[in-house]
Amino acid sequence: MEHVLSMFIQGVFTQNLALSLFLGMCTFLAVSKKVGTATGLGIAVIVVQTITIPVNNIIYNYILREGALAWTGSDTLAKLDLNFLSFITFIGVIAAIVQILEMTLDRFFPTLYNALGIFLPLITVNCAIMGGSLFMQQRDYNLSDSCLYGLFSGIGWAFAIVLLAGIREKLEYSHSPAGLRGLGVAFMTAGLLAMAFMTFSGM
Amino acid sequence: MNPTSKKTLLEPILVNNPVTIQILGICSALAVTTNLKTALTMSLAVTFVITFSNIGVSLIRKIIPGSIRMIVEMTIIAALVIVVDQFIKAFSYNLSKELSVFVGLIITNCIVMGRAEAFAIKHNVLESTLDGLGNGIGYSAVLLIVAFFRELFGFGTIFGFTVLKTVSNGGWYIPNGLLVLSPGAFFLIAALIWIIKTYNKDLLDKE
Repeated sequence: MEHVLSMFIQGVFTQNLALSLFLGMCTFLAVSKKVGTATGLGIAVIVVQTITIPVNNIIYNYILREGALAWTGSDTLAKLDLNFLSFITFIGVIAAIVQILEMTLDRFFPTLYNALGIFLPLITVNCAIMGGSLFMQQRDYNLSDSCLYGLFSGIGWAFAIVLLAGIREKLEYSHSPAGLRGLGVAFMTAGLLAMAFMTFSGM
Repeated sequence: MNPTSKKTLLEPILVNNPVTIQILGICSALAVTTNLKTALTMSLAVTFVITFSNIGVSLIRKIIPGSIRMIVEMTIIAALVIVVDQFIKAFSYNLSKELSVFVGLIITNCIVMGRAEAFAIKHNVLESTLDGLGNGIGYSAVLLIVAFFRELFGFGTIFGFTVLKTVSNGGWYIPNGLLVLSPGAFFLIAALIWIIKTYNKDLLDKE
């Protein structure tokens, strides 16, 4: 239980994908103008992240890493180290899963599909999704930890973007200096949010 | 060089800078700029990838079917990034550990995909090379400026050489720790955007 809790704090607060590790910034800044769209994107990210990280974990552990192919029984295959293919494999898997998700939504949940609109294809190139898989590889998580990490890091990113959207909606009515209006204040607010999230590292 | 080529090369550096104006490639601009060494490595890596991916996409632009366009672009970019990653791992293993996952994340770097989609797919090889180089240089300029300030005021060093002697080394300078952490990066980019937008008034957001 403690392990789950510590992964939760780590994924959502201290190692927040958007605010501490700067992943998914482009969409983070582009979509955080309205709370509605931000929530939609956030939910899409949570779903994609929770599915892709465990899948990539399985592929990494059973095909790509050094000695992974030992389960085939073949000696030559067991000595193979396909680690260098991980980048292209991960991004391929992410693109495929997003495509499948899009088709499933279109077939079975058309209203949700229309609500999410352009966001699903946009998620394929979101650094946060790829970054999540790469961090999973770097930290060598097992399958259950990967599921938890996928869920919590997705929640963290979604949380951050919805927060920023809420603040930006209010900032629309303030008198910022001309040069800072729009994107400049968004960055400053994100910086302040990042400071706030850092305070959780004491737990 | 004819005028349009010059424009293609120089425009992304100041007027249409990929990081501060087009707002692409922010992730790495914030993450690897804690010191100048990593920033320089990242700049060279990204410039290499953008230029060659632009060349690659431009070379095959007339024979890719529209439906698999993005997958082909992504494959070209991923292959180039794998090459860069192996290169960095071979020549400087410590740097590759410092850069950790961000070399891999060049694949999803919006600038690379963005320029391939927006420019290389419609222009010839020479123009695409110049566009790739221009955007790479524009990106590198921002990265190096941010890294310069973060390293100088955060650690007191430039490229590892001590410029301001920190208190812990027996000197006088108390380093600004916040600049090295994530909020500092956000604030610095906000300041850069402010300066660029004030300097060039027609880039301001409409009220």
